[in-house]
Amino acid sequence: MSYPLLHLRNARLIDPSQGIDGRLDLFLADGRVAGVGQAPAGFTAQRRIEASGLIACPGLVDLSARLGGIEAELQAAVAGGVTSLACPPDSKPPLDEPGLVERLVRRSDMLGLARVYPIGALTQELAGRRLAEMNGLARAGCIAFSQAKCPIIDTQLLLRAMQYAATFGYAVRLRPQEHFLAREGVAHDGEVASRLGLTGIPVSAETVAISTALQLAGETGVRLHLSRLSSAAGVKLIRAARRAGVPVSCDVAIHHLHLSEVDIGYFDSNARLDPPLRSQNDREALRTAVGDGLAAICSDHTPVDADGKQLPFAEATPGATGLELLLPLTLLWSEQTKLPLTVALARITSDPATILGIDAGSLAVGCPADICLFDPDQLWQVTPGGLRSQGKNTPFLGREIKGRVRMTLIGGRIVYEA
Amino acid sequence: MRNPQLNANGELTHLLSIEGLPREVITHILDTASSFLKVSHRDVKKVPLLRGKSVFNVFFENSTRTRTTFEIAAKRLSADVINLDVTRSSTAKGETLLDTVDNLVAMHADMFVVRHAASGAPHLIADHLHRLGRRDVHVVNAGDGRHAHPTQGLLDMYTIRHYKKDFNDLVVAVVGDILHSRVARSDLHALTTLGAAELRAVGPQTLLPTAIEKMGVRVCHDLRAGLRDCDVIIMLRLQNERMNGALLPSAREYFSCYGLTPAMLALAKPDAIVMHPGPMNRGVEIDSDVADGPQAVILPQVTFGIAVRMAVMGILAGN
Repeated sequence: MSYPLLHLRNARLIDPSQGIDGRLDLFLADGRVAGVGQAPAGFTAQRRIEASGLIACPGLVDLSARLGGIEAELQAAVAGGVTSLACPPDSKPPLDEPGLVERLVRRSDMLGLARVYPIGALTQELAGRRLAEMNGLARAGCIAFSQAKCPIIDTQLLLRAMQYAATFGYAVRLRPQEHFLAREGVAHDGEVASRLGLTGIPVSAETVAISTALQLAGETGVRLHLSRLSSAAGVKLIRAARRAGVPVSCDVAIHHLHLSEVDIGYFDSNARLDPPLRSQNDREALRTAVGDGLAAICSDHTPVDADGKQLPFAEATPGATGLELLLPLTLLWSEQTKLPLTVALARITSDPATILGIDAGSLAVGCPADICLFDPDQLWQVTPGGLRSQGKNTPFLGREIKGRVRMTLIGGRIVYEA
Repeated sequence: MRNPQLNANGELTHLLSIEGLPREVITHILDTASSFLKVSHRDVKKVPLLRGKSVFNVFFENSTRTRTTFEIAAKRLSADVINLDVTRSSTAKGETLLDTVDNLVAMHADMFVVRHAASGAPHLIADHLHRLGRRDVHVVNAGDGRHAHPTQGLLDMYTIRHYKKDFNDLVVAVVGDILHSRVARSDLHALTTLGAAELRAVGPQTLLPTAIEKMGVRVCHDLRAGLRDCDVIIMLRLQNERMNGALLPSAREYFSCYGLTPAMLALAKPDAIVMHPGPMNRGVEIDSDVADGPQAVILPQVTFGIAVRMAVMGILAGN
């Protein structure tokens, strides 16, 4: 493949990994960043991209995006400025065999859209009974292991899974939710669920699972990442563990930074999310945790077809589409909290790249030329027709949001342009 | 957020929940029910208010009693009533809730009376009709999951008003399985809207919803404290499946702690009334001596229920 020499002119470059926020041109060669602010010696651009009024930042790195129909979802990714994404193993069939992972990697490579990093199944069929072939899965391309939404009820097996993963230095990602406490629950166990007569998921379902995971991680030394925190109490536990030197990382889904149980309104099934939207107090704690860098942000992209949402709240499939909303909703959060964009964008670029241990999330010289170019002021309305993802399910449907991706480059190639 | 049960003029277009209903709407329903009560005492128990209209009783969950009262109410309004036992027909063949609704709309239904095991199902139907632009089709919630049973709540209010005249000074105790009770939720919303002085939720922690005090009630785990000096006692049915040991050790222990016996009833005001949405579990939540005693108004509740349902359907059809 040949890479044109590109010169990205007059953009405001924001690269949290280098602490850059300023008008600096980018020079791209061989699919990588060849110069920042200054062209390397002997560089003659084959194409100039005029980007005045736009912001250039590293392509977004998403810690969790479900793919379903892979092509449409990867189109959605690049339309949202996402250039690398981790895909959880709860696809059909689950990613518990090297062959399946190889196929996914090959398929996504062929499409040449966002880079896909599969998360392998921790246990066979995600059933929580027997360990999956982690070594083979890692060789096929898995960069970490998880159970996605499926529980490991047997705590001894969880310990064994962590021990085995730690043996090879693999990272383990867990969605902290104690199975029995969350049983049949569909919403935060609080005022709104009580009023609407919905079965609640108590905060203790999260804190008990976090405590267990932290204990076992401490014992095994495994690299632990806790996905999609939902509660203030959960944040507190992880903060304490980090202070005590436990190397645990975590993330929060973008919806949980903006919404709370109140947004269920009159049983809006688009607000049926997993984990559930909790109280306003929980949301504030999540915002603080992301603000001070304890947690990264993920889109938790989960396309659900209309049939899965046109159901009574409790029967609806949980999840929301997120890839195309990750950037504008992060910008909105940054605007509301008055955090500088270098901080806000770190949560969706360099921080998740560090958590995943991948070569992404930075535009330093020599890094892959994965770039998101966006207009921070462009307003657009979230409509089903305007979303490329096959999932049109989002609690933000109808909302006007600010910030639209104008161009996405992966390895120096333009993969999306609007 | 649009209140899905009121139209642009603030009139009732569906009855989905008592929550959010203005006091005047509730009072108007109760006043209308009062006039329909006389119809039930006449030789010819019919008024032509819903003549030519089709009322579909769509019950996704079994209930002979509630369905029958709706059927009687609709027939006394001269409506054509069609009963669908959906538990056994379409859904068993994989048809979704909204498919069923679309089919019934195509059959020119004017009103749906819906019972469903999932909280919020009638809201989904109302929302669907709204999107179809069918403002002329009305939905009455006949009980959805644990969420609401608004006609039961209204008939309870009718009963209380009948015996106590005024809500302002009333102390009302709701006793039992509030966690799983749509009746309790509807009663509590109605009573707070109508201005009852004090509401008490009485039961063990396993049967009370989280943060129930946010609904304006005082929680009492002790039955004696809960009943002391109250004017109205609403007993709730305890479902058999709640007694399997996960929420309560046994029916016997429940009765000994929370059963309404004459001795317990004596703690309330001498003229306190005892209500129950039925069907009762004698010897589990209520002693027969109380259920059949002079303070029980359980059967009048049933009679009032028909008038209240006539009122609701009559008002909806007029809006």
